[in-house]
Amino acid sequence: MPVFLIGSLNTQAPSTMASRGGGRGRGRGQLTFNMEAVGIGKGDALPPPTLQPSPLFPPLEFRPVPLPSGEEGEYVLALKQELRGAMRQLPYFIRPAVPKRDVERYSDKYQMSGPMDNAIDWNPDWRRLPRELKIRVRKLQKERTTILLPKRPPKTTEDKEETIQKLETLEKKEEEVTSEEDEEKEEEEEKEEEEEEEYDEEEHEEETDYIMSYFDNGEDFGGDSDDNMDEAIY
Amino acid sequence: MTQAEIKLCSLLLQEHFGEIVEKIGVHLIRTGSQPLRVIAHDTGTSLDQVKKALCVLIQHNLVIYQVHKRGVVEYEAQCSRVLHMLRYPRYIYTAKTLYSDTGELIVEELLLNGKMTMSAVVKKVADRLTETMEDGKTMDYAEVSNTFVRLADTHFVQRCPFVPATENSDPGPPPPAPTLVINEKDMYLVPKLSLIGKGKRRRSSDEDATGEPKAKRPKHIADNKEPIPDDGIYWQANLDRFHQHFRDQGIVSAVANRMDQIFRSLPVGYNISKQVLDQYLTLLADDPLEFVGKSGDSGGGMYVINLHKALGSLATATLESVVQERFGSRCARIFRLVLQKKHLEQKQVEDFAMIPAKEAKDMLYKMLSENFISLQEIPKTPDHAPSRTFYLYTVNILSAARMLLHRCYKSIANLIERRQFETKENKRLLEKSQRVEAIIASMQATGAEEAQLQEIEEMITAPERQQLETLKRNVNKLDASEIQVDETIFLLESYIESTMKRQ
Repeated sequence: MPVFLIGSLNTQAPSTMASRGGGRGRGRGQLTFNMEAVGIGKGDALPPPTLQPSPLFPPLEFRPVPLPSGEEGEYVLALKQELRGAMRQLPYFIRPAVPKRDVERYSDKYQMSGPMDNAIDWNPDWRRLPRELKIRVRKLQKERTTILLPKRPPKTTEDKEETIQKLETLEKKEEEVTSEEDEEKEEEEEKEEEEEEEYDEEEHEEETDYIMSYFDNGEDFGGDSDDNMDEAIY
Repeated sequence: MTQAEIKLCSLLLQEHFGEIVEKIGVHLIRTGSQPLRVIAHDTGTSLDQVKKALCVLIQHNLVIYQVHKRGVVEYEAQCSRVLHMLRYPRYIYTAKTLYSDTGELIVEELLLNGKMTMSAVVKKVADRLTETMEDGKTMDYAEVSNTFVRLADTHFVQRCPFVPATENSDPGPPPPAPTLVINEKDMYLVPKLSLIGKGKRRRSSDEDATGEPKAKRPKHIADNKEPIPDDGIYWQANLDRFHQHFRDQGIVSAVANRMDQIFRSLPVGYNISKQVLDQYLTLLADDPLEFVGKSGDSGGGMYVINLHKALGSLATATLESVVQERFGSRCARIFRLVLQKKHLEQKQVEDFAMIPAKEAKDMLYKMLSENFISLQEIPKTPDHAPSRTFYLYTVNILSAARMLLHRCYKSIANLIERRQFETKENKRLLEKSQRVEAIIASMQATGAEEAQLQEIEEMITAPERQQLETLKRNVNKLDASEIQVDETIFLLESYIESTMKRQ
């Protein structure tokens, strides 16, 4: 809080208030208003000038009023905490990409860390949005994971064989891709893309023999069903 | 947009949507309208991330877009709308009080998802309600639809602007972005749907109702294949309408408090005769609060509720209350005095308040330094000489309200940060506790013995339990405080808005 520095009446102490108008040089301690009018008599002791910022937690003179309690207050509080938890689970909560860990772990193969192809996790109505917001995804035919746009760095978890195979198919696709991008987007193609973007989980999974969803590493044990939790979520 | 407001927006966005959306959102709030590539460049974020973030922000009505010349699309953030996220629990609770659980869930779904079609809302809410019902019972779509229609009729939900059906005679390339329109008269028009069905429970087995393996992610539901009857017709919560309701509530309760004092000295009876009613209204009109004014004598007297004055009174009461709680009751007395007399000199304050000069001075300066009171100069002579000028203390309600509002924004930001800090400090313990709870829950489901459960529970030591209790208490207190401060924010915002409109 800015402290209202009035300055001292003692001409020995420097004036802390910049004099306006014709005060400069005409002697210290000149103020633009009459001190007496605000109630400071001549020769009154003034509080010492403040030389440092006010303390972070100044002692409270008066205790704060207690918060309202009661059914309504309790309910709204619980509601607030539930909402907070719920929002974190919705697809609108965008988590930054998990940084690559130092060592490859076996369980990495089994962990779904967000949408595979950098697309969105939910389906907005694209008819209402600017076209430029759509993230283009090129879907490969069957066995491989999605083809990434050329700029994206390759995943380190893949082993060499896969990489070579992938590069070959990438090469082939790249030619297709670049020529496609040059063409005008016709309506049919757009429709096709929209259909393509429908995300088929089975095809896009990492190279594992097991159905991903059957794997449960125990981390989200009981983490589901946030909808009707009685306990508050922090 | 003050720094305090931007800071608060940042915290809210981050808590609800994560860091990436927060970065983009705050950037737009600071810089104003910008196109996609500039946003990516200025924030150092990848284009894809920016696109994702914008989709989320637009979906939640926090960002709008506009097509400029040469097909450039620019995005603009709606800062005040971001701040309204603070109020989500209040909107939902209000819906509950007016339209019970069904209404509550409808509004909650709309707020959580930004916008939805009516059919989607009805289905989702029916499912949720069914989950809470006894075994064998389900919620009918028709009932949910009815509540939805009532919410639309009373304007608590409204239609979003939509893409107009274009005549296909225009063969040119499609525009970079659609222009969304809405008519006043269409805003609350409910489409004729015959939604038939009942809510479904989420089964605990591996298959859901359609028989497909639960492996598929729930977001891509099988009904993608079915034609949606109200495709393209989206609804959102109408926050302004809720605000209107809050305002009315505030005024009614203020008057009720007032009337309470008066009622006690008057005869009680439900059959209020015309005479008595007249008396009451006159009392209200004469009341210094000036909520009700008499605007003519036709029909025995026309009474009007003076909204602006009402809001002003509420704002003033808030200011008085803050002064009292922060500086003490003697200070509050001085404050009320200056408020009442409009302008007072130092000496007059001492005399009227009957407080010794030294104390009065001290209190006045405290309030002055925090901008609850201001000094007004009234020169006696044209040269404004200090010795010949009146210095009067006065309360400028509008600027004091603005100052207080600013402080409220800061307060809430502090509360949120403190809460996040507390949670982070105890993160490890919290996670451990959640894991233990989950294990206990699953063990109970598979019928474990009491002794085993006991063992698991003991994984959390007594001091740890204590720590968790303290954490919970603190977080609850901080959350409750946030809710409280938001009520003050609403009051002050309403008053300031009402005042600005009149100028």
